Formats: sequence, structure tokens, C-alpha cells
Amino acid sequence: MASILAVDDSASMRQMVAFTLKGAGYDVTEAVDGQDALTKARSKQADVVLTDLNMPNMDGIQLIRELRKLPQYKFTPMLLLTTESAGDKKTEGKAAGATGWLVKPFNPEQLLATLKKVLG
Amino acid sequence: MSVDISQFHQVYFEESFEGLAAMESGLLGLSIGEPDNEAINTIFRAAHSIKGGAGTFGFKSVTDFTHIMETLLDEMRSGQRMVTREAVDLLLLSVDQLGRLLVATRDKQAYDEDAFNTALQNLQAMLAGAQNSPVAAQVADTPALSATGWRVTFAPQPHLFMTGNDPARLLRELATLGPCKVTCDSAKLPAFSDFEPETCYLAWQIELNATVPEAAVREVFEWVDNDADLAVTPILPPPPEVKPKAEEPVAASEEDKPAARPSRIRPARLRRGEADAESPEAQATAESASAANAEQAGGTEERRSTERRSTERRSAERRESGGGAAGAAAGGTSIRVDVEKVDGLINSIGQLVITQSMLMALSDNFSVDDLEKLREGLAQLERNTRELQENIMSIRMMPISFSFNRFPRLVRDLSSKLGKEVQLRVLGENTELDKTVMEKIGDPLVHLVRNALDHGLETPDIRLAAGKSASGTLTLNAYHEGGGIVIEISDDGAGLNRQKILEKAREKGICGPAENPSDAQVYDYIFAPGFSTAAVVSDVSGRGVGMDVVRRNIKDLGGTVVVHSQPGLGALFRIRLPLTLAILDGQLVRVGASVYIVPLIAIIESLQIERGAVESISNQTEIYRLREEYLPVVRLHELLGIAPASTRLEDCLLVVVEVEGRKFALLVDELLGQQQVVVKSLQTNFRSVAGVSGATILGNGAVAMILDVGGIIRLCRERAADLPLLPPSARVA
Repeated sequence: MASILAVDDSASMRQMVAFTLKGAGYDVTEAVDGQDALTKARSKQADVVLTDLNMPNMDGIQLIRELRKLPQYKFTPMLLLTTESAGDKKTEGKAAGATGWLVKPFNPEQLLATLKKVLG
Repeated sequence: MSVDISQFHQVYFEESFEGLAAMESGLLGLSIGEPDNEAINTIFRAAHSIKGGAGTFGFKSVTDFTHIMETLLDEMRSGQRMVTREAVDLLLLSVDQLGRLLVATRDKQAYDEDAFNTALQNLQAMLAGAQNSPVAAQVADTPALSATGWRVTFAPQPHLFMTGNDPARLLRELATLGPCKVTCDSAKLPAFSDFEPETCYLAWQIELNATVPEAAVREVFEWVDNDADLAVTPILPPPPEVKPKAEEPVAASEEDKPAARPSRIRPARLRRGEADAESPEAQATAESASAANAEQAGGTEERRSTERRSTERRSAERRESGGGAAGAAAGGTSIRVDVEKVDGLINSIGQLVITQSMLMALSDNFSVDDLEKLREGLAQLERNTRELQENIMSIRMMPISFSFNRFPRLVRDLSSKLGKEVQLRVLGENTELDKTVMEKIGDPLVHLVRNALDHGLETPDIRLAAGKSASGTLTLNAYHEGGGIVIEISDDGAGLNRQKILEKAREKGICGPAENPSDAQVYDYIFAPGFSTAAVVSDVSGRGVGMDVVRRNIKDLGGTVVVHSQPGLGALFRIRLPLTLAILDGQLVRVGASVYIVPLIAIIESLQIERGAVESISNQTEIYRLREEYLPVVRLHELLGIAPASTRLEDCLLVVVEVEGRKFALLVDELLGQQQVVVKSLQTNFRSVAGVSGATILGNGAVAMILDVGGIIRLCRERAADLPLLPPSARVA
């Protein structure tokens, strides 16, 4: 099953995402911020990266920017989980290399549907 | 698949309260007029997380409320809005309101809707105030009803793959809207030698024959909006019948799965690409999909609110069905532990296991020659055990900042209420102490800080007149000392007024009219029940219920509090507490045949009785003269009803203890070792016993009582009402 890296500084969101994904059989790695995620992404290849936008240490956009620099993450789908309906963050995220986004609040079903979409 | 997300509520509330605390301290630290972007960012992030979670878990009021706060903060962050005092005050009030709302939500109780609405309106008013044009809801959707379908030109830029997007996925998704006819444009495909597998050379033209809104079509390409040239034009009703050119069908149905990922080989497969997806499967999916998509037509905003409503409904149902269990679960307390500490614990266990297996190996074919090895092993076991104990204790340890954190706000609010200028200095906030101790020391600290603000620090005019700076300083300090923690609350105010306290004490009869107590004793009077010198009882302090409660609470924790004061320079309250209530350093003493434990913290010294230094007063009470001080002697064996080894004082030892600033001498038969003992509560296992604070199990398996020195003295006074209470400063004339 595909391996997912779930990044969020909010424990409840992270656990919700991880729980949902694990329940659907995905292999989930959790990270608490961009820095943490970058370390974990290096040590274990993720098939999809789901990341929150606003985080301490390293935000989601910077994380994507850093990950895209790594050859093994060049084509990996990376989704921003964001409440920001404002376009500029999405544009910034896209410019950094994000595949797309999932607008919070989302429910577990939407999360799985989106993921399925990305993984094909 | 349905996932019950209510199990994450507790975590959500915990992190939300942490977020609120972060917002509060951030707001308090904001300098008016010159916003520190990083600080605003931190506050914003906290609000944002609370909002995000609330949306997910369906707490609509919380979402709405934080949304406005977040907007305000966002404007501050981007410099659109000035950081004014009013804004900060309003945000602080909103933090309070949000806290109450979260508590009510967590406990599933009704909240004060009026207060909530007022706060909400205030926020909205502020938001509307400085903003010229309120953000218009972006509902720009023009459903072209007349169109029978859409013609989509999708020309990705070469870097499309580098965003993790896959054209096949998009085509597949588009096909869920209705039957598609896909034409691939491979004109840009270079010669094979120049072919770069990471570049997207292809473009597509798709005819979607379905009456779906344009927004639904555009949503499919939402993620690649900037990575591709996209044109969506309506196909108008009576088009001359377009016969699909029957060519190789590719893409656009679920059958296409194998081609789903890495697109490097695909360009070759699609090269000839005109695709017609009128397969039965595609038709079927299209029907259900278009129904689903019709719902989405109203734009994202509406969709989101529908979801929110349904989430709310779900959680309401849950509440009705399983409210009891959920309520019980919410009541549990938890503790956040640093991963490092847990790792340390695991490490200790690992070593313990190694030692254990080493000892096991030794026990096979044990001979006397192995004795040295056995000793070594046991020493190692002792080390491991101690380490494990320390590690486990450290899990309950938390930095005192958890307790100190509430003070910036308290000081800010109180000082403005009292018309005083106060700067708060916090030192040693990383000093750790036991969670239980911390919880219980919170209220006494608040009392002391309030007192310092109300009675200690002066108003600016008085300060200036006294030649001090207009703004006073209140200092909170914490540090470890001698196996305990010391917390100091000091101010540079007027200090305690000896004369006023003494008068009050005489009036209350605490102190005789002829007595001339020392400064320390006078300052000690403020801890007497009902003692207040405040001329006016304010709502801040002055009812005289505070200080005795403060002392009692601290004593209950096995700690002490003393006051130091210098007129005109300020006062200092020093609280000394044991680091933990679970373990105590004890002196083992033997009385008759029994072993008791005296807390080391209470002991000043132990000595052999000097013949002739004991005097008897009124035939009953004995007084021991120690270096020009008289100490009442407490015969423990009498008090505890034990047959002593000897009744001759010369055969016994004295343990000098200090209770409430007074010294007493406990008569014991023998001093045994000193050791750390684990305190077992008598109250939970048996019942509360006067003079005994708990019990412990000694190395030999015997149970020993831990003496409560204060209780022993009280017991003693009750037994002999005429036990003279000599003040410690009473000297031999």
C-alpha cells in the first residue's frame, strides 16, 4: 500500500488524518512540522505528502520547496491542507511545487477520495 | 468508509487550550504600534489551528469566532491594520471568550450566548471599522445552462510532472463528469534523441458531452491552473451532428488504471491519441457523477457549509446516543511528556534487563568465587533502579512556566485596574517540579502576586515622590535548592509596614500589648487567619482570607513560606517546596522497637543530650537548653504510646526540628540511616492519623510511619495544654 507522509503541527488534525489513512490501509508516517517532515522524507520514501500550511520551524510551502529539490521527490504528489481560501497561498504553494490542495475542513471521506484521485 | 473522529476531540481541546495560552502570551508581548511579525505570526498560527480543527470536528461557533479573529490577525500581519491597544484588548477578551466557548463545547454544556454574541459583534465591528471594503464573497459562477457540453483545451506547461500532477488523472477525473472525446496534440514532441522524459510535451482537446456547470469542469483542473493553458468553451445546443471519428480509445475510464503513474512512458502511448470514452462504464459513472456535481454547482463556499451542517448533525446524533460515555472520557487528565524522557525511560529499562539477565546467569552454578561478581551486579542493579526511579519521577516533572504563564495577563489586568505601572520579570521558568505540586501551588501564587500588586507596589505618584521609578517591578523566580524548589515573589514596593501590622495584631489579640516581637515575627502575623491591614477591602485583596490559606496550602504540600521585607525597598516571599510528593528524604529514627521516619527537610540538627541541660517546668514539660535557646522536649514514645528502650534522658538522642519558625526537640532512642522513601498515603489505604503523614516500606519489608512534625507538635499541645510555646528568639537572660 502506498506510503503517506502526513505533516501537521496540530496533533488532533494529524491524528485524524493518520487514523483515517491507516484505517484505509495506507502506510502513514507522521511529522510535526516541516523540519521533521524533511528528515522523515529523506529516511523513508513517501508516495504522497500531505502537509499543513502554517507550521512552526518550517511551513508547508517551504517543505514542498525543499522536497522538490530532492531527486526522489521530483514527481511525488504533494498536497497542501489549508483553510486559506485566499488564492495567494495556493499560488505560492503551487509555485513551490505543490500538486494541489485540500481545503479544510474536510471529512475523512473527502480526504480518502482526494488521495485516491492523486494515487490513481 | 465512516470514521468516528470524536476520539480526537480530547487532543483537539488540549492543543486548543495550549493555543489559547500561546495567543494570550503573544498578545501580551505585542508592542503597540510596532508589530513584531514573528509574534503576530505565532498568534495567527494558534488561531488558525484552532479554527482548522474546529471546522474538522464540526464546532461551528468556534470556527466562526476564530475566523474573525484570524482575519483581524491576518490584517495585522500583512500590515493592513495597525496594532492598537484597542485591538489587542479586544483580542485578549476574545481569547477569554473563546476559552469559555471551548470549555462549554468540550463539556457539552450551553455557553453564555449573549456574551458570545457581544464578543462576536465587537470583533465584527472592529473588522468592519478599519477595512474599507469588506471582502466580498467570491461567488462568481455563471452557469451556462444552454450549453450541452464543454470544449476543453488543456495545454500543460513542460514542468507539469514536476508538480506531482499527472494529465491522465485529470482526464480520468473529467471523464467522471460525462462522456469525453479526447484528442491528443503531439506536435511539440521532439525527436527521440532530444526527448526528455521529465518534460510534458503533449496537449489535449477534450469534448465533454454533459450538461454540467463550467465550475465543475474548471474544478477538475483547479490544481493545474497555473501550470497549464486552459480554455473552457461551451458547446452550444444544435451543433451539426459531430460524428466521432472512430479511432483508438484511450484514457478516460477506470480501465486506464495501469497507466496511472509516472508518465514517462506514456507520451509514446498517447502519441496517436484521439480518444473516445463513450464506453458503458464511463456513461454509468458519468450519470452518478453529474448528479453529485450538480450539488457542487453553487460554489465551494456553499458546499463547505453544507458539509459543516452535516458534520454538526452527525455529532449531535452522537451526543444523544453516547453522551454519557463521551462525557466520562473527557474527564480524564493526561500529561504531556517529552519524547526524550520516554526514551530515557526505555533506556533505563533496557539496562535493567541486562543487569537482570547478568544476575540470572550468575545464579547458575554459583560458587563463592563469584561473590565479587554478585556484589558488582547488585551495585549495578542499584544504579539502574535509582536511574529508573529518577527517570520515572522526571515524567511527572513539568517546568514551572506552566504555572507562571498566567501571570503576565493577571499583572497586566490588575495593574491597569489599580492604576499602577508594573513590569513583570520572570526568572527560572524552566525549573521543573512535580505536576501535582504545581497544580496545588497555583492558587497560593496568585494570592501572593495579587497582594504584591495591591499592597506592595505603590502608585506612580507615590513612587516618584519616594525617588523611585514610576513603574514598579514584580519578580517571579524559581530555582532548585537542596532537593527542593524555591519560588520567590518579590516586589520593589513599599515593603511591609511593621507598625501597622503590629497594631492590627495587638487589636486582634495575636500579640500581647507588652510584647516586642522581632521583625520576622511581625511579618509572620500576616499569615494569621482573618488578618488584613488593608484600609479598604477591594475586589483585588484585603479580605484577610488570603494569607492564611496561602500558608496552609503550602504546608499541606510539605513546604514553608517566609517573608522578608525592607521598608521602602520592597518585600520578598520565599516559598520552599519539596520537588515531589511521592518521594521524600527521610531520617530513620528508632523509638522503642519501632522505626519512624522524620522528613529531613524539617530537621535542623540531632544531638546527644547534655546532662543538666534539661529543665522541667511545672513538673510536666521538659525544656532543653541548647546554645542559649530553650527547646520544648517532645517525648515521642509517650505520644505514640510505645515502651521506650530507656526512660533516662541521658541514654536518648534529641532531633531538633523546626515547625512554623519554632524549634522543638524530639526525643528518640536511636538515629538510623537517612534514605529516600516512597510515600504511601495512609488516608487512601487506611485512614488519616494525627501526627502521621504517611507510611513507607523499608528495605526489610517492615512498614514505617512517616511523622508529620507539625501534627506531632499539635498533638503534643493538645495532650499538655500547658506546653509553653517559647518564641525562638527567647534567649536566656
